[in-house]
Amino acid sequence: MGKTLLKRAGLLIGTLLLVSVLAFVAFSVIPGDPTDSILGIEATEEQRLALRTQLGLDQPIYQRYWSWLTAFVTGDFGQSYKYDMPVSRLVAAQAKVTLVLAAVSFVLIVVISLPLGLIAARHRGGIVDRAVTVLTQIAMSVPNFIMGLGLMFLFALVLHWFEPKYVPLEDGLGAHLRFMVFPALAIALPKSAMTVKLLRGSILGEMGQDYIRTAYSKGNSQGSALWRHVLRNAMIPVVTFLAMAIGDIMAGSIVVEQVFSIPGLGRILISSIGNRDYPVVQAIVVLLAGVVVLCNFLADLLYRVMDPRIDGR
Amino acid sequence: MPKLKKRALLLLAAIVMLPASLCGCTGGTGHSGNDSASAQSGELPKGRSKVPMPVKRAALLLAVIAMLPASLYGCTGSKGSNGNSVTVGIAQDLSNLDPQLAKTAGIREVLFNIFEGLVKAGPDGSVIPAVASDYEISADATTYTFTLREGVTFHNGNPVTIEDVVYSLERCAGSENDGKPLVSAFSNVSRIEATDDGHVVITLAEPSLEFLNALTAAIIPKDSGPTITETMIGTGPFKFVSYAPQDSLVMEKYSGYWNQEKAARLDKVTFKIVPDVNAMVVGLKGGTLDMVVHLPNSLEGEVKDAFTVHEDTMKLVQALYINNAVKPFDNELVRQAMYCAIDVDQIIDFVCGGAGVPTGTSMYPAQEKYFMPELAGNYAPNVEKARELLAQAGYPDGFAMTITAPSNYAQHVDTAQVIIEQLKAVGITAELVQVEWESWVSDVYRGRDYQTTVCGISADDMTAREMLVRYMSDNQKNFINFQDEEFDDVLTRAMAATDEEEQVTLYKRAEEILNEKAASLWIQDLCDLVVMKPELDGFTFYRTYVIDMSTISYK
Amino acid sequence: MRKKNWYLTIGIVLTACMLIFIAVGFFWTPYAPSAMSAGDRNGRPSLRHLFGCDSFGRDVFSRTLEGAGSTLTIALAVLAVGAVCGLVIGALCGYYGGAADALIMRLCDAVAAFPSVLLAMVVLAVTGPGKYNVIGALGVLFIPSFARLVRGEFLKYRDRDFVQSARLMGVSDLRIIFVHILPNIWPVLLSGLTIGFNNAVLAEASMSYLGIGVSAQEPSLGYMLKDAQGYFFTLPWCTAFPAAVVILLILGVGLLGEGIRERMGVAS
Repeated sequence: MGKTLLKRAGLLIGTLLLVSVLAFVAFSVIPGDPTDSILGIEATEEQRLALRTQLGLDQPIYQRYWSWLTAFVTGDFGQSYKYDMPVSRLVAAQAKVTLVLAAVSFVLIVVISLPLGLIAARHRGGIVDRAVTVLTQIAMSVPNFIMGLGLMFLFALVLHWFEPKYVPLEDGLGAHLRFMVFPALAIALPKSAMTVKLLRGSILGEMGQDYIRTAYSKGNSQGSALWRHVLRNAMIPVVTFLAMAIGDIMAGSIVVEQVFSIPGLGRILISSIGNRDYPVVQAIVVLLAGVVVLCNFLADLLYRVMDPRIDGR
Repeated sequence: MPKLKKRALLLLAAIVMLPASLCGCTGGTGHSGNDSASAQSGELPKGRSKVPMPVKRAALLLAVIAMLPASLYGCTGSKGSNGNSVTVGIAQDLSNLDPQLAKTAGIREVLFNIFEGLVKAGPDGSVIPAVASDYEISADATTYTFTLREGVTFHNGNPVTIEDVVYSLERCAGSENDGKPLVSAFSNVSRIEATDDGHVVITLAEPSLEFLNALTAAIIPKDSGPTITETMIGTGPFKFVSYAPQDSLVMEKYSGYWNQEKAARLDKVTFKIVPDVNAMVVGLKGGTLDMVVHLPNSLEGEVKDAFTVHEDTMKLVQALYINNAVKPFDNELVRQAMYCAIDVDQIIDFVCGGAGVPTGTSMYPAQEKYFMPELAGNYAPNVEKARELLAQAGYPDGFAMTITAPSNYAQHVDTAQVIIEQLKAVGITAELVQVEWESWVSDVYRGRDYQTTVCGISADDMTAREMLVRYMSDNQKNFINFQDEEFDDVLTRAMAATDEEEQVTLYKRAEEILNEKAASLWIQDLCDLVVMKPELDGFTFYRTYVIDMSTISYK
Repeated sequence: MRKKNWYLTIGIVLTACMLIFIAVGFFWTPYAPSAMSAGDRNGRPSLRHLFGCDSFGRDVFSRTLEGAGSTLTIALAVLAVGAVCGLVIGALCGYYGGAADALIMRLCDAVAAFPSVLLAMVVLAVTGPGKYNVIGALGVLFIPSFARLVRGEFLKYRDRDFVQSARLMGVSDLRIIFVHILPNIWPVLLSGLTIGFNNAVLAEASMSYLGIGVSAQEPSLGYMLKDAQGYFFTLPWCTAFPAAVVILLILGVGLLGEGIRERMGVAS
């Protein structure tokens, strides 16, 4: 198992390197010149040339990549062209906002989907099960940003439960989270629907297994020990799914942030793409890739821990 | 198993109530979440062993989570601002706060409150003494002499000395930028010299009456240039407190301001960056913003009942700028035909709710001395005439063209869409190409590789000259490639003129030429709204693009 | 007796309705989608304008028809690019295996590990907005998931008896791949296609909504939603109807896929 893990970790780093190379090359062939956003539209050719030299943009790409990479691993994400300050300082606050949003979404997914999945499976074919099935099928079909628009319309405009105006953490944790629940719900509802479906299917699949049938036939129909077994096995794919879903949650955050005008990574990513502020975009893309790949790695790990049948190949 | 069913229903109820508990507060009562949560947790320990463990655990978890928000969310009646402070919503982000380099109008209008030059802009478009108490311009308009005002101090408490002034002026002329001027007008400066502790003399290479406008450039402490974006020390009525990119800039009253009569009346001002206009309106209504500048007037209806709305124009010229060097637009008749084909009033109506001001040439109405409102009437919408002109030019069936628009400016994209519809009537099929702002700058503005584009052009230094001189044949800013001998000649004479009246006449002639030749399809100066809480008072629009916060106060 | 497959029934009906709705839009709209009318500005939904009018007085119903057509075209094109390339790559990798297979699959894993919307954003930042750029970017990003799906199926079949015997009989590899194996994986591929279609609609809508998708010239439903956001509170119908069409489209195809899986007994 140790060897497999090592192999996996190597793969993880390889993936990250690949993403960073791709992003680096992509942003080097992009049309438009970052010096434009620094110097404004009336800059002379000499001014721009001087700045290009100063920013190191005249060096060949592999050299730039190498110096960027060596700095990046030491925690130096470079200097933003537009804001003239370290990327890490610029991105730190925004990253926090997005992470809070993603975390709240994740909690909501767990809170919503686990009980619903259990109930639906428990009462297979009943009214509750059917209602849950129909609802999940519909919720799954709503893109998260449209869900966001819908929630905003319902809760802000019709019910006046919240003001669609971002509340920063400085205004208090409670107020901050209270606001964040709505964008988080927009991300969580479609994902929860998928989780419920998966969980229900997984439990039912597990119940159909031979050992459960045997237990049933012996009249041991509701034993809690039995349920424990069923759940333990049924949870394996769900946990994996949830860990893998973190990438989608992060991507969802970036889109949904635009709906609720939340100043998170999404806003700075989109504006930095517009400004050709490569160092910022580069850092955000690689950081996001890092989170996603790491979560996939953890999912893999969890999978192995939960299901001893899987051994290192 | 009835017991189980009951549990399940309870769980379901808790889930349904979860959102309610999260926001019960604003909903009004605010107790439901709390009650349901405690009821749940109170009953759980009595659960029989028959209850499947996982379900029980899930229920417990749920109860805990449901209680969490209830304990976290106290009912706070949050109000945005308190005391004598104001939060202003601005749409555009601020970047690179160097006051002498300030590239965009959006930065300049904010920094106006923190920094001052030897002179500063007055509300009526004039230039009034600031760090200098007095000035004198020689009759040949080449020598400017300034008297340093006594008692002016920087925000760090130090008095402004003649060394600070000379340092600042030299920095504008490029002393810290390899000799390249930070303020373009300073390329005309041949010498900057302090004659004594109270006077500075600036000598120009070429005579210029308008150089005075350039001296609104900020005076900063000696040798503070390299760190100015951190320290932000100036002499204005407000002093800088903090800046967070994409979030806010905070400033507070400077009690040592030299002009106590015009000292700031507010203690603290926060410029809050809110890129989304809806969020601005919501912020106003919800009380987190006290004032909003440059609100698009499509939203005027949302705010006009509960707030004070000040209306003015943006001090720029929006036009369908035409590349005069490419076919078929090199033909004057084609451009005139297009001007007849579009309906400027309809554009203003669609895009600005009728509130923009048609310009007819490259001059905006705030330049009262130079603005010629009559020019806007020269091309009344007339499809027949447009078709006739097109036929004369050899395009009786119209042609296909592209309109490039920077996608981040909704008003320009909207205008382009309206123009496309209007041009259809004369057989011209236009295609909209939306590009990123940076691509627009490099391809359209600097590369001049385009057919037509919708954008707004303003004057960097707020002079009339800036609006016209760019269309001289060999000017590097002449991105429409306009070539006209008469225009070049008139402007050359205008700039050299030392008599103001003569200068005005010549500038006006230049404006007429731009209109006659339809150098571009001049549309409008966009509408600009400033919205504030009714309790606030004292706002004045300037003829230039600034927000003066010092005059604002609570009633 | 076979249990009635509700998923399939509802899915087919709903998808058919949506397709008819969109197909009509290709040939006929009540008004020209870009025609502006000063008198109808900000008009509420009425009999004349079923879905109301936007701030330019353009008929939202006509624009929704046109936008849905645009969205559908993009989604199908993305699917075509992704599925065809993915099919070929996956089939070859699964059938032949070896070092090339391992390398390509690692690459696919790396790409697939990353949310496609994010990657497409980066790609579109390079290429600029536009219909064809969206199709290209998303199409390429959809290849890995199809490739993995197809490869997995081919792994299952490549050592089956019927394949072995075909090989012994001297049938060419290409023929085995496309004539002998491919028909067997059809159900899996079909259900993969429905999922891919929904992801394509979703990705295109998200990107256009963020302003990095299609341009105003060829408005898709996502672009309309972006356009309408400035009027979300004043003209909610400009948001509601395009949003409803997106949801119904995804719902219909999603149910269809579910139905196919149930019918064919394929695990999702």
